[in-house]
Amino acid sequence: MTIRELIDTGEFETIHVGERTDRSITKPFCCDLLSIAMGKAPEGCAWVTVMGNMNTLAVASLTDAACVILAEGVAPDEAAKQKAIEQNITVMKTGLPIFEAALLIEKRLSHEDA
Amino acid sequence: MDVITFHYTISPDDFTRAGEASSDVKSKLKKMGVTPEAVRKVAIAMYEGEINMVIHAKGGEITVHISTERIEMVLEDVGPGIPDIDLAMQAGYSTAPDAVRSLGFGAGMGLPNMKKYSDEMEIHTVIGEGTTIRMVVNL
Ligand SMILES: Nc1ncnc2c1ncn2[C@@H]1O[C@H](COP(=O)(O)OP(=O)(O)OP(=O)(O)O)[C@@H](O)[C@H]1O
Ligand SMILES: [Mg+2]
Repeated sequence: MTIRELIDTGEFETIHVGERTDRSITKPFCCDLLSIAMGKAPEGCAWVTVMGNMNTLAVASLTDAACVILAEGVAPDEAAKQKAIEQNITVMKTGLPIFEAALLIEKRLSHEDA
Repeated sequence: MDVITFHYTISPDDFTRAGEASSDVKSKLKKMGVTPEAVRKVAIAMYEGEINMVIHAKGGEITVHISTERIEMVLEDVGPGIPDIDLAMQAGYSTAPDAVRSLGFGAGMGLPNMKKYSDEMEIHTVIGEGTTIRMVVNL
């Protein structure tokens, strides 16, 4: 599933559509601590987190995450929105808990493999 | 052999700009055609060092030297220094204040990530004077 296809599922509310939405999502990744994400986020992941500040966007960009999904109804602050635009990263949000959001992506991905 | 050098000044306590130097190096390396793996290693190692300078020191200077064989990053700050390097290097050890923990920092994984993603790392620190960290990623 590409970033564009994930956006088009309509499961999440889109905050910013970034560049290269034709990239494939490799897997969902859940983490709220930046340096753990920095060390472990798989390339091309859909990173699900409740941290809606600009540092999340910086880490997503440096680790080549495919997109950021803010869970639990968290909205990005103004600086984070700016960073998303500047770094051209796709950011979405959802009221779902982190696990549920990641599971939803995982289901779509494993459905493709089947 | 030719070495290209980039220099950055890192402001203390400025989270709106934190990470910009690392992002800039990342995009420059990509444009130069450095392998994605090496770009990722440099980006991770340098970002952690850059953020530490913002949070734990009073900002500082980062110099990046790029040759065909290696990328060397030298991060110099005039912060408080690191009293016990072995302790600071331990995964999970952090003195990050609550204000930055609430942003997602403070897992105590920054220095371990720097070690893991660089091929060489040296820390030189003097209490009350500052810290210099040199990291190398081989190409
Ligand atoms: N440049 C520095 N100057 C002074 N102390 C430092 C510096 N860099 C790291 N430290 C000390 O080493 C500790 C561990 O650093 P490390 O980067 O591993 O974790 P952290 O910055 O606390 O949290 P994280 O990086 O996971 O967000 C810090 O909490 C701090 O006490
Ligand atoms: Mg750190």
